[in-house]
Amino acid sequence: MKIHEYQGKALLARHGVVTPQGEAVRSAAEAGAVARRLGGRVVVKAQIHAGGRGKGGGVKLADTAEDAARIAGEMLGMTLVTAQTGPRGQVVSRLLVEERLEIASELYLGLVIDRASQQPLLMASAAGGVEIEQVAAQTPELIHTVQIDPGIGLAAFQARRLTDAVGLTGSAARAAASLMQRVCAAFQAEDASLIEINPLVVTAAGDVLALDAKVTLDDNALFRHPELGELRDLAEEEELEVEASRHALNYIRLDGTIGCMVNGAGLAMATMDIIKLAGGEPANFLDVGGGANAEQIRHAFRILLSDTKVRAVLINIFGGILRCDVLAEGVIAAVTELGVSVPVVIRMEGTNVDEGRRMLRDSGLNFTTADDMGEAAQQVVALAAS
Amino acid sequence: MAVLIGTQTRLVVQGLTGREGTFHARQAAEYGTAVVGGVTPGKGGTTHEGVPVFNTVESAVRETGANTSVVFVPPAVAADAVMEAADAGIALIVCITEGIPTLDMMRALRFLDGRDSRVIGPNCPGLISVGQAKVGIIPGHICHEGRVGIVSRSGTLTYEAIHQLTLLGLGQTTCIGIGGDPLIGTSFIDTLRLFEQDEATEAVVLIGEIGGTAEEEAAAFIRDHVRKPVVGFIAGQTAPPGRRMGHAGAIISGGKGTAAEKMAALSAAGVIVVRSPSEIGTAVAAAIAPDTV
Repeated sequence: MKIHEYQGKALLARHGVVTPQGEAVRSAAEAGAVARRLGGRVVVKAQIHAGGRGKGGGVKLADTAEDAARIAGEMLGMTLVTAQTGPRGQVVSRLLVEERLEIASELYLGLVIDRASQQPLLMASAAGGVEIEQVAAQTPELIHTVQIDPGIGLAAFQARRLTDAVGLTGSAARAAASLMQRVCAAFQAEDASLIEINPLVVTAAGDVLALDAKVTLDDNALFRHPELGELRDLAEEEELEVEASRHALNYIRLDGTIGCMVNGAGLAMATMDIIKLAGGEPANFLDVGGGANAEQIRHAFRILLSDTKVRAVLINIFGGILRCDVLAEGVIAAVTELGVSVPVVIRMEGTNVDEGRRMLRDSGLNFTTADDMGEAAQQVVALAAS
Repeated sequence: MAVLIGTQTRLVVQGLTGREGTFHARQAAEYGTAVVGGVTPGKGGTTHEGVPVFNTVESAVRETGANTSVVFVPPAVAADAVMEAADAGIALIVCITEGIPTLDMMRALRFLDGRDSRVIGPNCPGLISVGQAKVGIIPGHICHEGRVGIVSRSGTLTYEAIHQLTLLGLGQTTCIGIGGDPLIGTSFIDTLRLFEQDEATEAVVLIGEIGGTAEEEAAAFIRDHVRKPVVGFIAGQTAPPGRRMGHAGAIISGGKGTAAEKMAALSAAGVIVVRSPSEIGTAVAAAIAPDTV
């Protein structure tokens, strides 16, 4: 689960990480008031989940409180399109107003789970303030890493090694090392899956602060952090995806015309792939899961047909635990109830497949059935085009 | 022959008395697996599905000689169940549970370092040695004893590959789902090494997906150590970047972990890579039984 910058900073601050003074606001008047309290010279930052906000016009400097209010008025309600939002962009409904600092240097700090070593990996670089992927591609020698033993956390010597590698000295090095240990403690305590501070800044006065904070939390661990679950911002998510998650369905909206309903994540991806190979474009990823019931199948159908671009539907089910007769019952009920007008191609295999096929045949509804995935994809692409 | 499980397997089911545990313990027993016990804390001393229930894995091992466990307990306590099984000396721990917090699994895998236990999964369908034993949820009736080993990060896509090989009469030796999570106990490489040594296995199907670098690492291993033909398929060729495609581990992040990179690495290592999931079976046939295609 992604959270906003202001929420990420508050989370880190609880663990002793120093962040600039500031406050999240939802109106120009509030922005002006916060700026006044901070002395007028502030930065106004759009709070959306995507990165690349600066280039998209989502980060602006103000010299006075009036200036801050004016900028906030312009920014609130605008649709911000960045490299990470996709072409549809994201509407700005919240801003972070923060004090401006005299910055001496900008660093990068990132903490991720390294799959290969199966441990958290802390990365630091003196090349802060730019995209780390770019640094990794062009000057990988500027990125320094240490692996963190989950039983120990970031050892003090590891933090010193990193601050030394990025060229910090004296009190700034000590402050940065302490900050790194606090970030790593926060990562484990809050069940984060990613924390990125870009930039981490050293001020002219020698203070070390997290100027930005990108925090992603592990969805699987939210059950033990109910207070973090409340940070979820549904406005940042696709409406149909939120609706699907309510029914324990895994749906991701895409741009094509062929709706898919599949059981299992791998088979669902493979179904998208085979549609593309057959010359079509998938409208979605939809995994109904291993043990879906007839009710979930009905919801799944309704959700994928809510996308008006869908011209045909492909159902690809390999029944293991999910029996083909249960699937057939759900599909027949959904098609009857929803009055489905687009063609539906069904390919099913596995447990109770004969009974499932008989039910589809006897339903009197106009299904196209296919024996294998390749054939099903050809048929659905042809039907969507006709 | 087969790998990891077989007629020697003595299975204990962790979470036997739950809905999933009950259903799949019965299926495993019907398939011929020696299900020797179950573990549900607080229900020790009772019997369920005709097998004794124990409070701890340690007592189950002591009383039944179990050497394999399958974990069906809820995600909040699953990593603990894995550690318990390892501490009791279980050699093969198959964790089916989906949704385990990543840091829990990280600590459990760390706990297993230096112990002799192997974990398969989590978030996996388990494995089946066809005609001998099944541990997990792969449906036995779609399998046919034969010549091909399967290793996969996916569940139902594995069934798809099994089905194709069954229809072609090639059959399977052992089919292993290693799991869709970012942190898993058994890698492609571990299973490829076993399949390469297994006399009955003539070819291997490797089913990967977007996210991470496990397929690239497998490719390097295959290039240097695998002589048997390997057929590869990577799911998620059309997946958008930055989105988690159902599995916690299936995500293209920072432009890394794409299907194209993985397919290229596998091809360069001599793997027969198919673009379409419907061509897995015929590609295997072309490699080991050209007369049939």
